[in-house]
Amino acid sequence: MTMMTGAEIVIRCLQEEKVEYVFGYPGGSVLHIYDELFKQDQVKHILVRHEQAAVHAADGLARSSSRVGVAMVTSGPGATNAVTGIATAYMDSIPLVVISGQVPTSYIGQDAFQECDTVGITRPCVKHNFLVKDVHDIATIFKKAFYIARTGRPGPVVIDIPKDITAAKCKFEYPKEVEMRSYNPVTKGHHGQIKKAVQLLVNAKRPMIYTGGGVVLSNASEQLTVLTRKLGFPITNTLMGLGAYPATDSQFLGMPGMHGTLEANMALQNCDVLLAIGARFDDRVIGNPEHFGAQPRKIIHIDIDPSSISKRVRVDVPIVGSVPDVLDEMMGLLLAEAAMQDIAEWWEEIEGWRARKCMKYAVKDVIMPQYVIEKLWEITKGDAIIASDVGQHQMWAAQYYKFDKPRRWLNSGGLGTMGVGLPYAIGAAMANPDKQVACVTGDGSIQMCIQELSTAKQFGLPLKIINLNNRYLGMVRQWQEMFYSRRYSQSYMDSIPDFVKLAEAYGHVGIRVEKPEDVVPALHKAFVEHKDDLVFLDIRTDREANVFPMVAAGKGLSEMIMAEDL
Amino acid sequence: MRHIISILLENESGALSRVAGLFSARGYNIETLTVAPTEDNSLSRLTIVTHGSDDVIEQITKQLNKLIDVIKVVDLSEAAHIERELMLIKVRAAGKDREEIKRMADIFRGRIIDVTETTYVIELTGTCSKLDSFIQALDADLILETVRSGVSGIGRGERTLKV
Repeated sequence: MTMMTGAEIVIRCLQEEKVEYVFGYPGGSVLHIYDELFKQDQVKHILVRHEQAAVHAADGLARSSSRVGVAMVTSGPGATNAVTGIATAYMDSIPLVVISGQVPTSYIGQDAFQECDTVGITRPCVKHNFLVKDVHDIATIFKKAFYIARTGRPGPVVIDIPKDITAAKCKFEYPKEVEMRSYNPVTKGHHGQIKKAVQLLVNAKRPMIYTGGGVVLSNASEQLTVLTRKLGFPITNTLMGLGAYPATDSQFLGMPGMHGTLEANMALQNCDVLLAIGARFDDRVIGNPEHFGAQPRKIIHIDIDPSSISKRVRVDVPIVGSVPDVLDEMMGLLLAEAAMQDIAEWWEEIEGWRARKCMKYAVKDVIMPQYVIEKLWEITKGDAIIASDVGQHQMWAAQYYKFDKPRRWLNSGGLGTMGVGLPYAIGAAMANPDKQVACVTGDGSIQMCIQELSTAKQFGLPLKIINLNNRYLGMVRQWQEMFYSRRYSQSYMDSIPDFVKLAEAYGHVGIRVEKPEDVVPALHKAFVEHKDDLVFLDIRTDREANVFPMVAAGKGLSEMIMAEDL
Repeated sequence: MRHIISILLENESGALSRVAGLFSARGYNIETLTVAPTEDNSLSRLTIVTHGSDDVIEQITKQLNKLIDVIKVVDLSEAAHIERELMLIKVRAAGKDREEIKRMADIFRGRIIDVTETTYVIELTGTCSKLDSFIQALDADLILETVRSGVSGIGRGERTLKV
């Protein structure tokens, strides 16, 4: 066996893991690795313009493809810039391996140039991290890192490698298997608990299914769909879980929570048996936990992570296991059950809530943001990958783009990171070259990672950027309107750039849209005429449109504010 | 409720800060914390005394189990167990106090392990509350310094925490 440098071993590990793309940015401490990257063409490198975007793009690739995303940054500022991306992935349980350079081992602790305690800084926002201390450990650490990132409840793993380790030499052999006495995620659920759950389900009179990101992450949407149809129960998908069950199906009640539908929230609140799958009863989903808990109902909770169970809400039947495995077993038991309760009355009640059409919105002579999303859905036939930023536009996209398939909707649900949209779209486009990728964003969010227009140009990505431009930080303004007597403190920017010229400056096509009747033609231009170009649609929308319905922070699910109430 | 949580973890640099960081990040309190390698040098045994409702303690054990370096977690206070803490206490021992302090140390089964003309260092082992009682029994003005190890604990009988 020939001797290899640590840098060469790093690249060989990535090849062994079949990594196709690494998103990154070079710098002093990773130069040896970048030199090895140069000498091969199996692992392709996507040069971003800011390290935050490298991690977001790797994250976008992971979300849209179920592969492990890989990013590489240098020490010091490279690593600190990556932290927002890592924390974003951590909150949404996205599998990533982030490689960071570190100053040489003998310099650590000396306040060396571009030194920071990367392992210390990232510790609270990673699933695990490693500081490599010996070139002999690199291969095992990479094997473990990919294994930890993708198994159990997935998450980001950081590998910090001092520069001298990438120059040191040893023999290379990639471990075939990994064994860790301290990490053995469960997959199969407890049979007795699953039986109990099935009994509750068949005896339910007002059942409800509520699923989250866990169903998408574990690729269980097929099992979920079959089970839900067999049960005939109403279902809601959280912001992270959209697409797990077809949104155009009549059993689907829309998204729950702060900006969820009336029917989804009322059904969640008033059901007698709740089947929660891969969801975590987040504050944006159930509102006030006391209000939610005051309603007597039996809760079944399936999750791979025991700490998600009974964290915010007491659960009656906890099932720790991998969602697809548990659903398969549940389905088997259900097929043996003869009779179910008649739930027609419950459906009647739900249809009553649905009939109030909580998603209808006022049409004015300006462009309504909701209308843009509806038309986007039409022109993409509901099958595009939609990468969203964070704010009002994110909620409208979630509400009005009916996702029928999983991994089409990419957004920062947990951390709520503005700026993710464009890099997510870049990662998704790299992983899915045959699919349409659109980025729904706003005039605030897009400016947080706008430099990535340059990356998109370099790699010829035909993204469609739908900028819902209301000249406000819309969600902040909405809260200030509703809860701060319209004191619009710092929610308006009075020198927003000319996005059309900006897009053109980066070498793309920019189109401004100002009238409702121009929306469809502009979308047509973007998706048909300029199919192979990146098109930036700067759409001037109604300035003061608000996201409704709404459950105000700290309120209960049945205390919704509807658009018509105001 | 007071709980004694025992943890077996990989004896690796950074493992302790993962545990300590978890407690501060999630707002759990740490009353005492002790850590040292076991007979197997690759393993550390860590004991934490904490307070919390049943729900909080359940979350603490679940969150600890999620840490990759943590191998096993047990709430010792759930069953019969023994807890011990070591205290070294330096006291002013001059004149008539010398005899009185010696007698007090004997009553608590402490040992005087350092003597000067004016001071004693007393070594005392026991439960937290025994050590507290000893401190209370002494005249506060005479205490020069106290060092406590934090609680160590072990299950009674056949119950063991092993890999």
